[in-house]
Amino acid sequence: MLSETDWGAIHLTLELATVTTVLLLLVCTPIAWWLARTRSVWKTPVRAVVALPLVLPPTVIGFYLLVVMGPNGPVGRLTQSLGLGVLPFTFWGLVVASLLYSLPFVVQPLQNAFEAVGDRPLEAAATLRASPLDSFFSVVLPLARPGYLTATVLGFAHTLGEFGVVLMIGGNIPGKTRVVSVQIFDHVEALEYTEAHWLSAGMLLFSFVVLLAIYAPRPDGSKR
Amino acid sequence: MNTGGIQARFRLDWPGFVLDVDLQLPGRGITAVFGRSGSGKTALLRCIAGLEKAPGFLSVAGDVWQDDAVRRFLPTWQRPVGYVFQESSLFPHLSVRRNLEYGLKRLKLADRRVSLDYAVELLGIGPLLERLPGRLSGGERQRVAIARALAVSPRLLLMDEPLAALDLERKQEILPYLQRLHDELEIPLLYVSHAPDEVARLADNLVAIEAGRVLASGPIGEILSRLDLPIRLGEDTGVVLDAVVAERDATWHLARADFAGGQFWVRDAGFPVGHPVRLRVLARDVSLALEQQTGTSILNTLPADVVEIADDTHPAQVLVKLELGASPLVARVTKRSAAALGLRPGHAVWAQIKAVAVIG
Repeated sequence: MLSETDWGAIHLTLELATVTTVLLLLVCTPIAWWLARTRSVWKTPVRAVVALPLVLPPTVIGFYLLVVMGPNGPVGRLTQSLGLGVLPFTFWGLVVASLLYSLPFVVQPLQNAFEAVGDRPLEAAATLRASPLDSFFSVVLPLARPGYLTATVLGFAHTLGEFGVVLMIGGNIPGKTRVVSVQIFDHVEALEYTEAHWLSAGMLLFSFVVLLAIYAPRPDGSKR
Repeated sequence: MNTGGIQARFRLDWPGFVLDVDLQLPGRGITAVFGRSGSGKTALLRCIAGLEKAPGFLSVAGDVWQDDAVRRFLPTWQRPVGYVFQESSLFPHLSVRRNLEYGLKRLKLADRRVSLDYAVELLGIGPLLERLPGRLSGGERQRVAIARALAVSPRLLLMDEPLAALDLERKQEILPYLQRLHDELEIPLLYVSHAPDEVARLADNLVAIEAGRVLASGPIGEILSRLDLPIRLGEDTGVVLDAVVAERDATWHLARADFAGGQFWVRDAGFPVGHPVRLRVLARDVSLALEQQTGTSILNTLPADVVEIADDTHPAQVLVKLELGASPLVARVTKRSAAALGLRPGHAVWAQIKAVAVIG
């Protein structure tokens, strides 16, 4: 059925998606909050930049990341001077790539959720002595919970499904950068269709269940 | 400077709207901010709460909340205000109890002057405490919102048309609670409204505002009886008088209410002798005669002096300001009648009051 390398790929994929999703939620919260509240002229350009990974071929993202994070790129020089080596073809290189790749899938649901909360709860909280930070945690976060659920699931699922970026930035190193999508590719290349079937069917089922969970009606009747 | 009251000076420039006010308001009682929608009432209230940042100056009970000269602007959450929004702004994810506690638990212990129990009791929301806001009626939600604003022990309570989103029945449900607030509260309350009946019932002071400017500001009895103000109350033009129940007549179910300068027999509203009541006399319910009439069904006929005559909204009518001893009264009569009677300032007439409403 599944070989040890298959299980290794699955484990790595889940680890990558988990780390990426946690980091994305932290990074995207301030971005989405800013996008939802600002009246700055920079709002539209920033929105466009955030949405770029939606339309760019993953190979383009991978290519630029390779250049920037490579030994002669600005980020590469920085990581080297910090004694971290270079990121491409490492797990953390994959994490950085996944962060960019899945960014819009987390920012956009959060932004929508923040916009839906509106000004009034914040104003009410302010008249009840809550500082802006306090009211964010005590009012906005609970009210935006459905948005966080959507963002988490979408960010996680989308990271699971990446292939092009992984291939460009991570290569195909077992246990380090060989994720499920790459493993499937390898199986097909080697004409190991049975193994490819097992992994592909697993991905299919998992993705379906995830989407089912997102679209399922809430018990309290709230929309998403 | 009156350190006990509120001093507010703002100038807000928005496209198509300018708010330009300079107000001195008393440090006690209910001050109604009255005007049409779009007149700037809400903008004024938001400036006072710090929700809107307009250049100006604001001090409340001697504390300066905003002073552009020294670049002082307290953010809303540092101002000891209570704010009730027009539509319920309860946090939907918190129970009524936790909504009430939200502000309370952010107060320093030394600043907690109002107990939660008191606020709950005053607004009669004890049975609702464990419910979520989504399961309350509109009236109940507003009562909770008022209690929540009270529970932060504000030094100034601001209410932005708290009844506007409610139907008549719900309004009647809440008004008695607001009346209780009025009787028990020792802090000033600014009450924004465009409803004359609410204003007449609740307010001690009135700020009339139109197109971002203050038309008049002062004690309600004085402001409502001024004829030079284009306060377009229309059918609702009239005065309020503060009186005391002096006698009750069980046979006819009437009560005698004494006020400065006279007395009225009114329907017995159940208040005991000695109880203060507020009377509202609409201008359309006051007619004038040169001699005291006999053989009339009108119960309240009092001698009065004409003080002033001014045009009314309709060209057929005039408004006549009268003095009943120390109390003002406004009568609405036709121009023709005024001419026929030869009404002139200084004339002694008999005012016949067809209806007196006892409003709490």
